[in-house]
Amino acid sequence: MAERRGNRDKAEDDLPVYLARPGTADQVPRQKYGGLFCSVEGAFESKTIDFDSLSVGQRGSRTPRTAGRETGQEAQSPVSDNRISPGVERRGGNVSPRVEIRTSGGKEVLQNLGDEKSDRLLIKGGRIVNDDQSFHGDIYMEDGIIKQIGDNLIVPGGVKTVEANGKMVIPGGIDIHTHFQMPYRGTTTVDDFAQGSKAALAGGTTMIVDHVIPDPGCSLMEAYDQWRQWADEKTCCDYSLHVDITHWNDSVKQEVDTLIKEKGVNSFQVYMAYKDYYQLSNSELYDVFSFLAERGGIAEVHAENGEIIAEEQARMLQMGITGPEGHVLSRPEELEAEAVFRAITIASQTNCPLYVTKVMSKSAADLISQARKKGNVVFGEPITASLGTDGTHYWSKNWAKAASFVTSPPLSPDPTTPDYLNTLLSSGDLSVTGSAHCTFSVAQKAIGKDDFTQIPEGLNGVEERMSLVWDKAVTSGKMDENMFVAVTSTNAAKILNLYPRKGRIAVGSDADLVIWDTDSIRTITAKTHNSAAEYNVFEGMELRGAPLVVICQGKIVLEDGNMHIISGVGRFIPCSAFPDFAYKRIKARKQLAVLRAVPRGMYDGPVSEFSMSRGGTPSASARTSPTKQPVRNLHQSGFSLTGNHALCGPATPDDIPIRPAGRRIVVPPGGRSNITSLS
Amino acid sequence: MSDCRRQWNREDELPVYLAGPIPSGQNQRKSYGMFSSVEGAFESKTLDFDNYAVGRRGSRTPRSGSRERVLDAGDPVGKTSSEAREGSPTGSPGEADDVRPGVVVRCSPGKESADGESGRLLIKGGRVVNDDQSLYADVYIEDGLIKQVGENLSVPGVVKVIEANGRMVIPGGVDVNTCLMKSRLGAQPADDFLQGTRAALAGGTTMIIDHVSPEPGQSLLEAFECWQEAADKKACCDYSLHVDIPQWNETVKDELELLVQEKGINSFQVYMAYKDVYQLSDSELYEALSFLKQLGAVVLVHAENGDLIAQEQRKILGMGITGPEGHPLSRPEELEAEAVFRAITLGNRVNCPVYITKVMSKSAADIIAQARRKGSVVFGEAITASLVTDGSHYWSKNWAKAAAYVTSPPLSPDPTTPDHLNTLLACGDLQVVGSAHCAYSTSQKAIGKEDFTLIPEGTNGVEERMGFVWDKAVAMGKMDENQFVAVTSTNAAKIFNLYPRKGRIAAGSDADVVIWDPDSTKTITAKLQQSTSDYNIFEGLECRGAPALVLSQGRVVYEDGELQAQQGAGRFIPRKHFPDYAYQRVKFRNQAQSQQGVTRGLYDGPVYDVVPTPKYITPSPSARTSPTSHQPQPVRNLHQSSFSLSGSQSDDYVPRRSGHRIVAPPGGRSNISSLG
Repeated sequence: MAERRGNRDKAEDDLPVYLARPGTADQVPRQKYGGLFCSVEGAFESKTIDFDSLSVGQRGSRTPRTAGRETGQEAQSPVSDNRISPGVERRGGNVSPRVEIRTSGGKEVLQNLGDEKSDRLLIKGGRIVNDDQSFHGDIYMEDGIIKQIGDNLIVPGGVKTVEANGKMVIPGGIDIHTHFQMPYRGTTTVDDFAQGSKAALAGGTTMIVDHVIPDPGCSLMEAYDQWRQWADEKTCCDYSLHVDITHWNDSVKQEVDTLIKEKGVNSFQVYMAYKDYYQLSNSELYDVFSFLAERGGIAEVHAENGEIIAEEQARMLQMGITGPEGHVLSRPEELEAEAVFRAITIASQTNCPLYVTKVMSKSAADLISQARKKGNVVFGEPITASLGTDGTHYWSKNWAKAASFVTSPPLSPDPTTPDYLNTLLSSGDLSVTGSAHCTFSVAQKAIGKDDFTQIPEGLNGVEERMSLVWDKAVTSGKMDENMFVAVTSTNAAKILNLYPRKGRIAVGSDADLVIWDTDSIRTITAKTHNSAAEYNVFEGMELRGAPLVVICQGKIVLEDGNMHIISGVGRFIPCSAFPDFAYKRIKARKQLAVLRAVPRGMYDGPVSEFSMSRGGTPSASARTSPTKQPVRNLHQSGFSLTGNHALCGPATPDDIPIRPAGRRIVVPPGGRSNITSLS
Repeated sequence: MSDCRRQWNREDELPVYLAGPIPSGQNQRKSYGMFSSVEGAFESKTLDFDNYAVGRRGSRTPRSGSRERVLDAGDPVGKTSSEAREGSPTGSPGEADDVRPGVVVRCSPGKESADGESGRLLIKGGRVVNDDQSLYADVYIEDGLIKQVGENLSVPGVVKVIEANGRMVIPGGVDVNTCLMKSRLGAQPADDFLQGTRAALAGGTTMIIDHVSPEPGQSLLEAFECWQEAADKKACCDYSLHVDIPQWNETVKDELELLVQEKGINSFQVYMAYKDVYQLSDSELYEALSFLKQLGAVVLVHAENGDLIAQEQRKILGMGITGPEGHPLSRPEELEAEAVFRAITLGNRVNCPVYITKVMSKSAADIIAQARRKGSVVFGEAITASLVTDGSHYWSKNWAKAAAYVTSPPLSPDPTTPDHLNTLLACGDLQVVGSAHCAYSTSQKAIGKEDFTLIPEGTNGVEERMGFVWDKAVAMGKMDENQFVAVTSTNAAKIFNLYPRKGRIAAGSDADVVIWDPDSTKTITAKLQQSTSDYNIFEGLECRGAPALVLSQGRVVYEDGELQAQQGAGRFIPRKHFPDYAYQRVKFRNQAQSQQGVTRGLYDGPVYDVVPTPKYITPSPSARTSPTSHQPQPVRNLHQSSFSLSGSQSDDYVPRRSGHRIVAPPGGRSNISSLG
């Protein structure tokens, strides 16, 4: 900070504006990796210069005032610093950006008069990282919306300023998969919307997308309203909702339609697991997918083969395995892979974008990446737990620990899985990271102490998500910072059609920002985490990278490790149908995939008699009549003029008489035409 | 054929020892298809044979040897010149070489005299090709069994001799997939057991395994007996039966047990397609596989996703597509691949060998190949049609032609499919070639003339099977002759536990032997086929490689294009359960896979009380009565639990009343539930 000011003073005073500009272009070598962005100093300094000089020159009325005030303050307070520190700080090159970020000197002074304008916020000297590029720039926010980005912004006076000191400023994370306050057999998950969203904010996630889970047979709309009510009361950050389709019939169809059109829900989850409960059959899946494809929804799928799981569970219990290890033994990763494959097949048949929630195993991830290579529109979501830990803990001697890892699909016992999933995430084969945060207390987990099938499923991860991805993927060199933004935020926003409102730092986007500290190292433990869960599945893990400042809706909610949150400020963000990210391709394909019948003459050879008596032709029972008017081009048929003269035109019922079964026509009326002759 | 005859004559003009060197022609070895190495080798063999015969066994062998020679010599000497002429003008020495060994196959003069003992037969000078090796040897056959294989056999006096002249002598083909009695909407296939097996024999296939297809609700046992009766009457070659499982219930289980234990059936087909008719759900499949595994049977799977097909059919019909092109459109290969994947997953879970019938598409075949690489016990069966032709014909303007190709899964419209499947077959990723021969006449196909879903499904292929594998795989250089034997015969025999009785030329095996002519070329046409169907889907295709002579049960049934099949000669071959080829690995895996629970102390922390009426939840299967009812008192090592003495109370196992919430347990919190 001090250093920056020093620069400004020096440069501003010495150089005219037009000369100051070129100065920004100085080719300071940019360090590409290592987390410390040494390019920072040079870049932001020249930026500040421009800012001040331009503001003087351009707007007479307001800007000079703010500029003047700002400079006044700054100049006023640390004059001595300016004189003394520059040399010292310069030497420190890499050290200086590590300095704690604090709001600018103006903050304290302005706090009194700034209270009413507290949504005005300026982030100065940050390195803005979007999914496509990184650049240095200042960000000015007002009313929870990013108003300006760039160098030398014109900001009103009395604005709260955050000095980013060259740290990364990234779009706030979007956790696309949470289960806060989820009712489960009369209890609810321990993290309600307040607690959960607090944990989310603490981890740098500024938006969550929760799952509405209606009980089978219950109305989707009622469940949706219920969730909305819970969330509106308590959430501290913006949220959106997925709705799970737990059964399928015409009324559900209606509700889905309404939800898409009027309620701002565009993603619906179906289950291939939980037999006799949530599970939908293949035919139902086909119907759901077809319907969603038509209405522009995203089909999310919990992919596990429920029928085989049910059989395996019975077998495990029969073998006397009742502990949490039975959970993973009865849900081997093959079953996940199988269901993923099936879901992809159905989605490809129905030309519906598919989103696979909770990719937990290598084989499932491989299938997704293969399908993407074949051109299927499919997105895979690994979760914090699958990226960070593995399923060996199910065999822990400590029941409570083992049970706390229980989730479905289970964590893979293969310890190389997390690394593998991180690689696929980096390469873009998996698209987004969720957390599937769904926490139960140990007492709740203990419902299944004698029978693993009764253990409530779910684990934590909303708070650790961003840090974990940074630690496992970015610091290991697999992923760059832009990809990091893509998988933690941008892709999710695109899939849900929230982009560019969310998931991007751009003018007009929501002011959900995180200043990311790439170097801070912390150890995860249940003692310090913000979730109410007693157990953290990442317990003891050291993670590098953490949010330093979190800004949600234009307000600072995390700063210096202190959280300033208000329950209930979270807004519901409606998602509109037909997200381009998924549907552009779908639309193009729809036009291509028009099937045409072969125009050919009617077969008029002999037909052997047959009995339709026995039930069950493979043809769909719903089909009404086999004589559905086929579109036939009679002009191309070799006999149309001779045979059915009077009936030319569209085929008529007489043309295709429904023969009584058992009546055999050996020679058709018109004589044999060459259409049936066999060479 | 005629040139064949002429050629064998020539051999006789020359002294035996001279005859040998001539054909050798080292220059023209073709690396595949034509085994030019043949001549040199067999001739010296013949030499040896004779020499030895003379020298060693005075009594019998010389006689037969001499007789043969006399007879051979007795035939037209004059023809040789014409032959020589014929050979030379071709110009290319290679061809000349090929032609010469092409001579052959002829019953020795001993034939007539040996008629009384027609059971005795000697194939001389053949190149015996098994799946593991090829060697020159004579084969002596008696009473329908191969008695001796080797050089210089000691054979009894009166014996019919067949001069193979260095041609390949291979085990008769085993066609593992035919449907000769599978009625569809009352339509019986055009080829019944008589015509079907005649066609099989004409193509070099000496055993078929037919599918017993009971209607849903019908007794498996009855259907089996019905099939067996019909086959016993009509079949001209040995046969065995698969039984299809159209539904799953307790009765079926009993019947399966009976079929396996007493009827000699070890393979059963389940369907993942044909919704509401044959299709089994995943749970049923799981149970069926578990049950069949215990019985030691091989599970055949018709792999297509029936649910989705039903949906697609409805959609396609709704679009007004009623012609045969609707068939492949409603059954895209993805659905086949999906079902194959699922079947393999099921097989892995249950640890049961799975056999995928009719692999029709690249993606399905690739999935099988991948699964095998991961160690799954899975077998894939390509069929004649999928190896030779593709699904583009479904779009033919000729309805009858298009309909003739209708089978399920459909032929893939991708024209590169046959080539790909042949490659996988050659490298062993697919193991077996069937034919799925199920021929319907055009008038029967026309049942579905207004609705493709009603077209009876099935194509021909039993007659063309061996020839086309030779043509597409061996003659193309993808596969060697041993692999050819493996995929057309041996592997099938192994998988279905017929080996080594079938599928191998070895002493003690059944005398189902084919002398194979790798060079004969013919054009497939419905006019010349044995099958009675009026349309051949391979119409007009040229096929290189054909049987020159076929022996079934030690009798010559096909020779020089003439079929001498005898109706009803076919025997039912019972098959034992637990075929080694499939089950050896499975057995070891069973032992390796016994899963162990973790021994840990009892959880004694607080337990949240569950709502009294869990009206739903149990993701556990419906079959299981109650989640807590059996409480199997898991084997727990109480010594390892730190609290067993203090904490564990007599009422620990008493199920807690629901609604009763225990916040802190009586013994206090023990460290077993402590966190951190």
